[in-house]
Amino acid sequence: MSATKTIHGIYTDEELCLEGVKKIRANKVRIKDVFSPFPIHGLDPALGLPRTRIAICAFIYGITGTSLAILMTWFMMVHDWPQDIGGKPSMYYFMNWPAFIPVIFELTVFCAGHGMAITFFLRSWILPGVSPKNPDPRTTDDRFLILIEAKSEDEAKIVSMLRETGADEVNVK
Amino acid sequence: MQHESPLRDPLILGNKSYSDITADIARPIEGKANKYWYLVFTIAAATFLWGFGCLAYTVGTGIGQWGANKTVGWAWDITNFVWWIGIGHAGTLISAVLLLFRQKWRMAINRSAEAMTIFAVMCAAVFVTMHTGRPWLDYWLFPHANQFGSLWVNFNSPLTWDVFAVSTYFSISLVFWYIGLIPDFGAIRDRFKMAGKPMQHKIYRILSFGWSGRAKDWQRFEEVSLVLAGLSTPLVFSVHSIVSMDFATSILPGWHTTIFPPYFVAGAVFSGFAMVSTLLLIMRKVFSLEHYITIQHMEMMCIIITLTGSMVGVAYLSELFISWYSGVEYEGYAFMNRATGPYWWSYWGMMTCNVISPQLFWFKKIRTSLHAMFLLSIVVNIGMWFERFVIIVTSLHRDYMPANWTMYHPTWVEIGIFIGTIGLFFSVFLLFARTFPVIALSELKMIVKSSSEEHKNRRAAAEQAGAHH
Repeated sequence: MSATKTIHGIYTDEELCLEGVKKIRANKVRIKDVFSPFPIHGLDPALGLPRTRIAICAFIYGITGTSLAILMTWFMMVHDWPQDIGGKPSMYYFMNWPAFIPVIFELTVFCAGHGMAITFFLRSWILPGVSPKNPDPRTTDDRFLILIEAKSEDEAKIVSMLRETGADEVNVK
Repeated sequence: MQHESPLRDPLILGNKSYSDITADIARPIEGKANKYWYLVFTIAAATFLWGFGCLAYTVGTGIGQWGANKTVGWAWDITNFVWWIGIGHAGTLISAVLLLFRQKWRMAINRSAEAMTIFAVMCAAVFVTMHTGRPWLDYWLFPHANQFGSLWVNFNSPLTWDVFAVSTYFSISLVFWYIGLIPDFGAIRDRFKMAGKPMQHKIYRILSFGWSGRAKDWQRFEEVSLVLAGLSTPLVFSVHSIVSMDFATSILPGWHTTIFPPYFVAGAVFSGFAMVSTLLLIMRKVFSLEHYITIQHMEMMCIIITLTGSMVGVAYLSELFISWYSGVEYEGYAFMNRATGPYWWSYWGMMTCNVISPQLFWFKKIRTSLHAMFLLSIVVNIGMWFERFVIIVTSLHRDYMPANWTMYHPTWVEIGIFIGTIGLFFSVFLLFARTFPVIALSELKMIVKSSSEEHKNRRAAAEQAGAHH
């Protein structure tokens, strides 16, 4: 059994980093993660990351908001305590609902926006008090880091691949 | 990599590397404030305290302390509410609508514009919670189970729509703003870590929610930003449309107009951009951000001010025309009274500030002169305040019954509260500018290669060299 090595390939340019990712993946080496100060265009397909489904979540939260708002306005205005307000018909929901569209719209946006934000925080586990996971503090400034966990016998091969694609620094632990 | 036409002027001037951008934007946070900051902050905070005192006085004695009377029931309070809410609209327009249109120039100004939105809505909230008269009962605005039988709120009423619209707008804007801030707080946190400052590091670690910039986090971040922009766009139009319906669904001459929703939205964006210009013109100078917030950025904002100002102008004139053309004598009188009645000065102040002054931006010399821009942005803010005053007070003070006709004069308490909200706005904005990254630095780094002066020059040189071969 061989020991596991943690390799950091640190680039100063996002395009070189992207080349590095492509080369390493082409050589069938698994990349644990990439840390960058801003989103790198084209990194997701190069890393083989599936598309996020968070927008689908937002849609589901949105229609939940719509349904809740319809239920609320129906219950309060038509079912529980119908009143004659300025002669607006309140005996049946379908007669009164145009007046409720603004509230239904607002609650749709409210639930979609907040639901999606909470999902994002929980799925990515970014919450107050969480410790940052970027291995090098420079990755939020101007460095692009490829994190690889590999067997010690593969170390030399991976280090040379990182160097060839223009990594500025390679650290092995 | 994305390339941009060399004909477009660069959005980032100077030879800025990624690291320079972080350093430039972290500087106000890391350094000490100069004496001007303390001076302005002291004035703003003192003004806020004065306003707070006036608020406390109003709560203690009741809104009888205000000049509003039984004919002019809405006056100073709603004028200021609508004014502040309108100012907030530019922030959302810049961050959401310009994001959907992929306008890169928004990146240097969106953060402070969004901050302005949040603070302006806070100021608006002061008025709208106070004008109910008994602000400790304001939870009645929301539907809740209660002991009075079933006293639900009236969902037929635009005032209830407004409660939902403004609360949704505030909370969604806050979330949109904060999610954008998280990666930048991460960058500030790591700078404090490298500088060996444990206290600041700890504070920004909490503020950054432990952001690490992993590939998957960035993927979700971009998707969340895009969807929030998509949600905020109809939201921002709905908020001021609903504010306008507070007036338009009534049967009062001068208020009962179908033109109100688009007219209010255009006016809101107009006043908001004026306020963003005022703030950014000061901020870029004080924090030496001229390389990021360039004359071109300011010029773009002037163009939007001219566009929305012209829309507002068309709305004023069509309102005036229709009041005559409709043949309704009440409508006709309401507008005649606005232009020639006792409040003529507010009407003509509004017309001059909002219709004529933004037209000066057609001249390139004026829309690229910082002094002219600053002056005109303040003129527009004054004009938009007059617009709300004209709509509210002049429509109310002479109603259907001449026996009820009266005048409205603000009291020192009302004026104090208004000045206090201006103090609140500038106090929190100054605190924001010293503790938060005032430019979205992670977004700005994305456009360095396509839109910075250095890279544009480098590409031009490479093309020149290619042409010689």
